[in-house]
Formats: sequence, C-alpha cells, structure tokens
Amino acid sequence: MEFGLVELSRLQFAMTAMYHFLFVPLTLGLSIIVAIMETVYVMTGRPIWRQMTKFWGTLFGINFVLGVATGITMEFQFGMNWSYYSHYVGDIFGAPLAIEGLMAFFLEATFVGLFFFGWDKLSKVAHLVVAWLVALGSNFSALWILIANGWMQNPVGAEFNPDTMRMEMVNFFEVVFNEVAQAKFVHTVSAGYVTASVFVLGVSAWYLLKGRHTDLARRSIAVASAFGLASAFSVVILGDESGYSATHTQRMKLAAMEAMWETHDAPAPFTVVGFPDQEARETHYAIEIPWVAGLITTRSLTEVVPGINDLVIEAEDKIRSGIIAYDALMTVREQRDATPEAVRRTFEQHSEDLGFALLLKRYVDDPRQATEEQIAKAAVDTIPGVFPLFWAFRVMVALGFSFIGVMLYFFYRASFRGMRFPRWALRAAVIIIPTPWLAAELGWFVAEFGRQPWTVDGVLPTALSASHLSIVDLLITLAGFVIFYTVLFIIEMGLMLKYIRKGPYMDVEETDAWMERHAHRLRTHDGKGPFAAETPAE
Amino acid sequence: MILHDLLTFEFLRVIWWVLLGVLLIGFALTDGFDMGVGALLPFVGKTDTERRVIINTVGPVWEGNQVWFILGGGAIFAAWPPLYAVSFSGFYLAMFLVLAALILRPVAFKYRSKQESTQWRNGWDWALFIGGAVPALVFGVAVGNVLQGVPFYLTPDLMPMYPGNAIMKLLGLLNPYALLAGLVSLSMLVMHGSAWLGLKTEGELAARARRIGTVAGIVAAAAYALAGLWLAVGIDGFAIVGDVVTDGPSNPLYSEVARGGSWLSAYGARPWIAIAPLMGFVGIALAVLGLRAGREVSTLLFSKMAITGIIASVGLTMFPFILPSTIDPNSSLTVWDASSSHLTLFVMLVCALIFMPLILAYTAWVYKVLWGKVTEQDVTENSHSVY
Repeated sequence: MEFGLVELSRLQFAMTAMYHFLFVPLTLGLSIIVAIMETVYVMTGRPIWRQMTKFWGTLFGINFVLGVATGITMEFQFGMNWSYYSHYVGDIFGAPLAIEGLMAFFLEATFVGLFFFGWDKLSKVAHLVVAWLVALGSNFSALWILIANGWMQNPVGAEFNPDTMRMEMVNFFEVVFNEVAQAKFVHTVSAGYVTASVFVLGVSAWYLLKGRHTDLARRSIAVASAFGLASAFSVVILGDESGYSATHTQRMKLAAMEAMWETHDAPAPFTVVGFPDQEARETHYAIEIPWVAGLITTRSLTEVVPGINDLVIEAEDKIRSGIIAYDALMTVREQRDATPEAVRRTFEQHSEDLGFALLLKRYVDDPRQATEEQIAKAAVDTIPGVFPLFWAFRVMVALGFSFIGVMLYFFYRASFRGMRFPRWALRAAVIIIPTPWLAAELGWFVAEFGRQPWTVDGVLPTALSASHLSIVDLLITLAGFVIFYTVLFIIEMGLMLKYIRKGPYMDVEETDAWMERHAHRLRTHDGKGPFAAETPAE
Repeated sequence: MILHDLLTFEFLRVIWWVLLGVLLIGFALTDGFDMGVGALLPFVGKTDTERRVIINTVGPVWEGNQVWFILGGGAIFAAWPPLYAVSFSGFYLAMFLVLAALILRPVAFKYRSKQESTQWRNGWDWALFIGGAVPALVFGVAVGNVLQGVPFYLTPDLMPMYPGNAIMKLLGLLNPYALLAGLVSLSMLVMHGSAWLGLKTEGELAARARRIGTVAGIVAAAAYALAGLWLAVGIDGFAIVGDVVTDGPSNPLYSEVARGGSWLSAYGARPWIAIAPLMGFVGIALAVLGLRAGREVSTLLFSKMAITGIIASVGLTMFPFILPSTIDPNSSLTVWDASSSHLTLFVMLVCALIFMPLILAYTAWVYKVLWGKVTEQDVTENSHSVY
C-alpha cells in the first residue's frame, strides 16, 4: 500500500466523524428538551410553552439538518475508504447500520418534517406524539450506531471463516447485548443530554443578561438545569461503567489511558497528572493517589491490572500463535475441502489470534517469513499513543465532573432561590457553552485513538483496513471535505447566532395567531381546518 | 441458533437480491421526485414565492425520503458486503460528487428561506438544482457502467483493487453508454418530479411543470429504448462457466466467469422478465398522456410504474450478476457469491419484515396528513414556519 494512504484515510475519517459529532449530541439532547417543553404546553395549555417549543425547535432544526447531511458521509465512507474493513467485518458490522436505518432513522426523519410542518394539520396531542417520536428515533439511532462501534471495541459473537476470508456472525444477540456497546450507548446519549442542557442554559443566560425574553429564558433554565443535572450525574456514572468494561475487554487501552507501564500490586495507584514518555516507557513527574486506579477499574482490592509492558509480552505470544493460524489458513485456502482434519483443528485452536499475525503485514508480506525483530516491533505497535490518551481522558473527566457542579448550582438557584441568578453565573453559563462539545470529542478520541493499531480490536489492524486508492484520490476528497465542511460550518453558526439574537419574537406573534385559529377550530368542529369561514356553532 | 436453517441460503440470497431492488426502487420513487423537483426548481419557479411553493411541496417529506438512500447503503453493507466494499471504493470520486450534492441539498432546503437576501436565496436554489440533478445523473451513469462491467479485481485475500490513475478512472466512468444511462435516469426523475408538482401545485406553476415533464418523459422513453438497443448490439454480457453453486461460501473467486454473449439472452431464458421494460415504456406513455391531460394522481402512479419497470429491468437482465469485472471476470460479484452469511441474511430479513411494514404505514400516514395542494397563500401566511 502506498505510503501515507492509511494516514490520510484515517485523517479523513477522523475529521468527518468528529465534524458529524458536532451536531449529533445537540440533536440527541435538544430533541428531548423540546419534547419535554411541548409536553408541558399540552398539559397546561399555556402559550409560553408553545413559544418555547417553537423557538428551541427552530434551533434544533438548524442543527439537525447538518447532523443528517454529515451522517450521509458516514454511512458510505466505510465502503469508500475502508473497503477491506467492509469486506472483512461487513457481515457483522453492516447489520446494526442497516437496522439503524430501519428502526431509527426512518422514524426520526419521517416525523421531523411533520414536527415543523404539522402544527396546523394535527391535534395538539398528535403533534406532541410526533415530537416524542423524533426524540425516540434520534436516540434509537445512537443505540444501533454504538452497537456497531461497540463491536469494533469488543468483537463478540463472530468467527473467522476461511472460505470467505472474513469474520462472520455466529450470534446476533451477543452482538446486540455486547456489554461495551450498552455501556457506551448510555454514556454517549447522556453526554448528548448534557450538551443540550448546557446549550439551553447558556443561551437563556444570555437573554437574562440582556434582559430580553426573560419569561422564556427562566423557564428554559428550569427545564435545562433539572434535565442537565440528571444527565450530568449519569454521564459520569455511566462513563465509569464504560471504563469498567474496558478493564477486561480492552486492557491495553485502559493501561494507556492511565499510563500504567508496569503491572502494579493490587490495588494500583491512580496517576492524577504526569508526563507519560512513550520512548522511555515511564511517566515523569507523576502525582499518584494510592489504591484509586485499582478500585475504579476492578472494583476490588485484590484484582491485578496488567501494565503496558506485560501486555506487550502477551501480544508477542499472540503474534506467534497468530502465525500458526495464518500458516494453517494458507493450507485450508489452498486445499479447501481436501484439507487434513489436523490442519483445520490447528487453525481453529489459533484462529482467535489470527489478527495479531496480520499486524506483521506492515513489515512483511507473508507473516510466516517475519524475523524476531519484526515480531518484537509488531508487539510494540500494540501500544497506542499514551500521552494524548492520558491527557484527553483527564480533561474529559474533569469537564464531566464540572458539569455536575454547574447543573447543581443552577438547579438550586432555579428551584430554591426564586430563579434569581447573579450576573457572574450567567456570564459563566454563556462562556461554557462550547465545553460539552470539547468533552464529547475528547471522549471519542479516547475511545477510537485508544483502539489503535486496530480497527477491530485484536481482529483487524488499521493498516490493512484501508481501500487501495491513490494519494490523489485522497487529497481531492480531503480538500473537498475541508472546504465544503468549513463553509457549511460558517453558514450554520451564522444562522444559529442570527436566530438566537432574533429570539422568539416571531414565535410569540405566530403563537398568538395560532392560538386564535386553534380555539376557533375547536369551537367550529367543521372539519375544514382552521381557515374555515363558518360562524362558531354555539 | 438453528432457526435460520428454516430458510435455505439460496432462498435468502434471492430474497435479499429482491429487497436490494425494492430499496433502490423505493429510493427512486420517493426521493426521486425530490431530486426531480430540485432539478426543475430554477426553470419552473419564476418568482421567489413560486419557488417557495415548489420547495414546500417536498419540504415536509424529503428528509424521510432520503432515508431510502441511507438505508440502501446500510442494507448493501449488511446483506452484500463485497458489493459495498468494491463499488463505493471503485467509484470513489463519483461517490464523493454524489455525497457532496446530497449534503448540499438538506442544507439548502433548511437554510434557503432563513435570510431575505435575493442573492442568498438564488444561491441556494442552484444548490437545490445541483442536489437534485447531479445525483440523478450519476446514479444512471453508475448503472451504465455496471452493465458494461467495472475494472476491478480481487486479490486471493479478497482485497478489492482498482488499477489506474484517479482522474482517468473518473473520466473513464463518463463513457458514452454510461452518459446515455445517466440521461435515462435524469429525464425519468424529472418527469417524476413534474408529476409530483402537477399534483401538489396549481395554476400556471403546475402547467409549466407539466410542459417540461412531457418533454422529459419523451426523452426518457427514447433514451431508454436506445440504451436497450445498444445493449443488444454493442455490449458483451457475462456468464458463469460450469456448474452454478447457489449455496456455496461467499467467495467470488470460487466461480469461473466468462465474458461474451449478450445480456439480452436473459430474455430468451426467462421470457417473463420482458414485463419490466414493458412496464417502463407503458408507464412513460401513460404518464406523458396524463401530464398533457392534466390528470394528477394517476399521472404520478404511472410515473412510479415507469420507474419501477426501468430499474427492475436492469436487475432482471443482469441476474445473477450484481457487479461484473472487466479486467478479471472471475472476480465478478454475483447473487451466489457476494452475500452475507446465512445467519446475517436471516437476521436482517426478520428485521426487515418487522420494520418495513411499520415504515410504510407511518410514511403513508404522514403523506395523508400532508395531503392537498401547496398554495402561494400557504407560503405567505406561514412565512416564518415553512421553508
């Protein structure tokens, strides 16, 4: 494969995926917040809640559309840039993506049109149901995407088939109920809820600072802080669950996140800060708290967490076992049905480590020809970049905890201090608007960068997964995406800011007119819609 | 799991081949009129209000319609992984063009009327034109290339390879036959879009759309006939050599394929498939008559019939081939060697059987709620809420 091709493919995927995830968390959370607001409106009938639904709904719509548009790229990019990956694991990975379309995306996309266009065509309750279906669809969407992603982290329920040269599904339920996928799903949607809460809180705080739309802003803060508080707690607790599942499924990622070079006697200490040095395999200026890492990761006092150095030695063994599997595979492929039973058995015994032999393909075409030096190199390759992981993880966690503090404060002021907020707090709420996005992107970075050098952990190396395109292909699309996405981002931000600045004026007028028409329609029951000219029946 | 043995591998493969067709046709029938309307927008709508009317006929539904495309991608990934791997990387730059156009479209719908400036709105109108016309054309071009075979081969590890220079490969896709196929697809969807506008708008606007639609229909019929003729005399077909194993492992290299003969020999072997091109021609003829007569619902239905027939005719003609290879025919992907495993096909069928009826039911309900014409009054009175 051409030099740099894999790197460029990774760069493009990382860029488009992280860009996509600028819009997704707000969609996940705001869809629910809007549905909550509309629920209050339908229950109380008070016009202010309808204005709030419409106003936040408009912002939801501006954001939603870019989430959808950039999601199109994601659905096809595996085939375009990762064709060997698509072939190798499509039998398992494709299924959740297709089910996402069937179960979630159709629901969300079909009803989102009705949410915006259906106010005059549906009863209040029917429109509320539509709003909840949009929220439900978005969140189901996240479920199936994370089942797909969870399988890349912890490939359960699948086996290698020598005839088809790929992984094939053997148990669908194991794939769906993959513990990693479930932990990641709840963590990710909670992060989306926090993002939307911080967004609503920040925008409302800005209105309060300006003394505009205070009715709308106060009520919005009440909703956002309550919803945000619950979500901030769950994002931290469920994030811990996600880390706990990594203890036994992705030990190398965990060790790298914590910069644990050596295996420590249980319970291992937690390094709060420090400067991991990948070359020397040690962490400089480390500040440690005894016991904490062992307690968090194993939830026991006696279980040992293996360090990076021991995991590299383990990887070397697996590479050797993988070479045996590779050798048997070549025989199976050549002789097919005539393969001696003994060779088949050898393959089955070692097939779990086949992926480790494929790590050698970076250095040698036929892993069976690998030298000792190459095997040692491939084993070291299994360590992801420790420094960026260590710090990305710490910043994410710190942000996660700070959201609890923010939400607690605003919830307290909103509930027990008569909705009065000091100006410094309002200003702070505006300033922190971008932070949940930062935390979410860092979270994805830890999850996916920490998975390297694999696309599917222990099964398929990243270096082998990319399509055999030319550098020119990649440069054209990379430049295209950068220009195109930058322009879209500027336009999106411009419109967001315009509509936030404008505020809900239009929604107020429109709501008044609508309430009148709606009341009229209720009185007349003529079945001809709100514009019918008949006089009221009574 | 033993349940999946209830249905044979062969049967599941055929079912998923049919479902692949259903998804592509579903996409063309629903998102097809969105694309057609997009392509028509700058020509049918003269004033800003007229253009807003046009946009709002598809405003509430394009998002749902587009999911047919996304689901098509997902379903190909799940049921035909080798096809997903080979085709999208093989058509790399063409795919990028389609993606760019399709990303532009949602944004244009949503953002166009959010600023007053004429320049802003004109810009987005042309974005909608590109978002409609470019994919409509490129999808046809892709089909034209598939019929001729695509230059790829598979290594023994089943890694797809496409020798050649990036730019030349893109230009190679734009050969005369493929462009003719692109014309079929573009004109057919423009006809479909005008049938939709005929149903959803009124007065001069609808009349203008119908006039263009009539021409598009005639062009579509002529181009489709020409493409068929060309296929008969100018393009070699593909055939599996020796025994056809229908329930073997999905490894394209296990079967031998030879180039030669005609694709159209399928009509000799399975005469009943002639019904597909027949539906295409009759559908177009009736749709054109309907457009001229100003019929609304029936025109749209005939247009749908035409599209169904035309797309189905391609699949039925090529069966069992899905993606033939010119440079290494043995690498060609067929229904019998490019599918997912038996279990995955079964699981996905169960999911499709649960969710497809639901999707069709709620989509039908949404169209029913939105039934009726979009008028200039609707747009001006709800200026803030609509597109």
